[in-house]
Amino acid sequence: MDLILVNLIDGLVTGLLLFMLSAGLTLIFSMMGVLNFAHASFYMLGAYFAYQISIYLGFWMGLLIAPLVVGVLGAGVERYGLRRVHQYGHVPELIFTFGLALLIEELVQFIWGKNAMPYEAPESLQFTAFSIAGNSIPAFKVFMIFTSVLIFIGLLYVLTRTRVGMIIQAALSYPRTVEALGHNVPLIFMGVFGVGTALAGVAGVIAGPVLSTFPGMAFVLGSIVFVTIVIGGLGSLWGALVASLLIGWITTFAKAYNLRMEDLLTTLGFTKPEPIWDSAWRDLWTLTSPQIADILPYILMVLILIFRPYGLFGKRDA
Amino acid sequence: MKKSLKLGLGAALAVALSAASGFAENVKIAFIDPLSGPFASTGTNGLHQYEFAADYMVNQNGGVLDGRNFEIVAFDNKISPKESLIQLQVAIDQGIRYIAQGNSSGVANALTDAIDKHNRRNPDSRVLFLNYAAVDPALTNDKCNFWHFRFDANADIKMDALTDVIVANEDIKKVYIIGQDYSFGKAVAAAATKFLGEKRPDIEIVGNELHPIGKVKDFTPYSRKINASGADAVITGNWGADMLGLGKSVIENGFEGPIYTYYAAGSGITAAFGDTGKGRIRLISQGGINPIASEEARAAYNAFKEKYPEGNIDQSRIFNVIGMLAQAIEGAGTADDVVEVAKQLEGMEYESMWGGKVFMRPQDHQLIQDMNVGVHTDENIEFDYDTSGYGILTESTIEMASMDSATTCKMRRP
Repeated sequence: MDLILVNLIDGLVTGLLLFMLSAGLTLIFSMMGVLNFAHASFYMLGAYFAYQISIYLGFWMGLLIAPLVVGVLGAGVERYGLRRVHQYGHVPELIFTFGLALLIEELVQFIWGKNAMPYEAPESLQFTAFSIAGNSIPAFKVFMIFTSVLIFIGLLYVLTRTRVGMIIQAALSYPRTVEALGHNVPLIFMGVFGVGTALAGVAGVIAGPVLSTFPGMAFVLGSIVFVTIVIGGLGSLWGALVASLLIGWITTFAKAYNLRMEDLLTTLGFTKPEPIWDSAWRDLWTLTSPQIADILPYILMVLILIFRPYGLFGKRDA
Repeated sequence: MKKSLKLGLGAALAVALSAASGFAENVKIAFIDPLSGPFASTGTNGLHQYEFAADYMVNQNGGVLDGRNFEIVAFDNKISPKESLIQLQVAIDQGIRYIAQGNSSGVANALTDAIDKHNRRNPDSRVLFLNYAAVDPALTNDKCNFWHFRFDANADIKMDALTDVIVANEDIKKVYIIGQDYSFGKAVAAAATKFLGEKRPDIEIVGNELHPIGKVKDFTPYSRKINASGADAVITGNWGADMLGLGKSVIENGFEGPIYTYYAAGSGITAAFGDTGKGRIRLISQGGINPIASEEARAAYNAFKEKYPEGNIDQSRIFNVIGMLAQAIEGAGTADDVVEVAKQLEGMEYESMWGGKVFMRPQDHQLIQDMNVGVHTDENIEFDYDTSGYGILTESTIEMASMDSATTCKMRRP
């Protein structure tokens, strides 16, 4: 019972982290129709920038400045890169962002090298917030939860309650009409891209100390972010949140409990072939849930695509 | 006119070719390991150590066989066995006769098979496999062949030495074994279970689990399980990003016992553990760095630091590979007939600057050497890792570890 609670908290942390990445990506996709392959690279840049700033000015300045730098970089990429490629259609845009992801990874290795960086949580958060049955929850994780929840509330408020948000939402579905009403749609696009990448930057800043800051960090998170927005429904903030939490909890619980395929198959009335090591079904029978935990989200995505192609909260066909 | 031009060109080409072969040709060693992806840092650091060792130990002393230099040619295999076989072919096509690889026993298993086949079919372009870090015991047992030489102690030898230290600690009643899901991780788990069972049957193994290699983003759920199991100690063979992720997560989430590892040092890992791992992380390795084994090694390490101020010599066996290969080539009087070189390597006794004598066991091509168990600390550290102030301090040494261990190798010699 205690362990369930601990796993709920761990899954929440993973899920909220994923949300910060997918929120930006899903907004960018629904607005510009661009799958930004470089999104996770901006997350990595956030971590590296924050590490570099934290050496001189401490963690908190890193948290403030790094996402801003990443956001400005992202806006620049939209303004001077994507906008030029846009006229040639979606495929060149895809290739552009794909190339950008590779470029950023090489650049990071060029500047910081291939080793992991000793990027640490600030002194003031290096204590155990509380522990449940011997499992300590580090204060930094609590901080991560609060930061992401605050960002979600902020985003939701801006998108649904403010004038800027309304224009963004309108530009999502009727860009020409919004333009005709005198709004500068390219500027809105640039802004959304900038904010989206800045969010990824924030995720990087607070994930770097926990998941370690190394050149492969974009790669390990890259694909799962796309899975999240497909499950959640393209362009839906709530969808991104629900899908992220779902994925966070599914993977955490699958890893935390050794559910064995053997037990499942026996309950279903199959008998275990003996001797098992000669059987063609050996791999299936010896499967355990931690082994497949990381592909469960992909299975979920396939199911969603079959039964509800527009995602959990999506409004239109993908 | 045209004809004479062709003739002239042909003659010029012939002259150029013979001139090239007249010069002392470099002895090329193909380094096939990950230089990109999650394990890039481990591979790149290994490459630096190879390049340095070749230059420092051989080229600066006039090379081998009257002036032939060692040259390390790097190939990126992205830690994929498939990619490695392609790179192996490229290396062979370039006329390279020595293949060095170490990261991942999965790759080493693929390479050793491919090299065995290649050498049987192409007696004119045979190659030697210098395995400097892949420690799956099968490579010098069931899967052994004449072309494969292992310069690191295999997983069984290491676990034998490591468990000696574990069983000496009376506080340890329950251990948790966790590793990467491939041949090496499984070998570590099997060896740990076997040796603990023999030495201290009262120790309970409360967890024995494998996780996907290089794919886990967050190790928190695993550390929760370790905590919940009530384990007093953790044993892991993890390396690279997986070691870093697991170690950090286990410590952060409240585990308080010691962690026994194979590879928890260097490549940014030592810096990342810093104070949190002090006195708790132990690892088994060959070659003593703190205290340094010899003046020669001290000079070598300082020269390395001058070239790579941020670098570490965390795989000192690479120096043994280069030193022994040079000695074997000198002894054979040729660098191109690898059968002769292999015969020299077999049974070779070599004085390692990193401490002690090493011996290449002829029956299975497993190098027998002193094993050290060290602890991660910042006290009495002369050579730290990752310029962090922390390093590995040798606590105990087992001389010529597992010298008489059994092998199932039935080697076919050419």
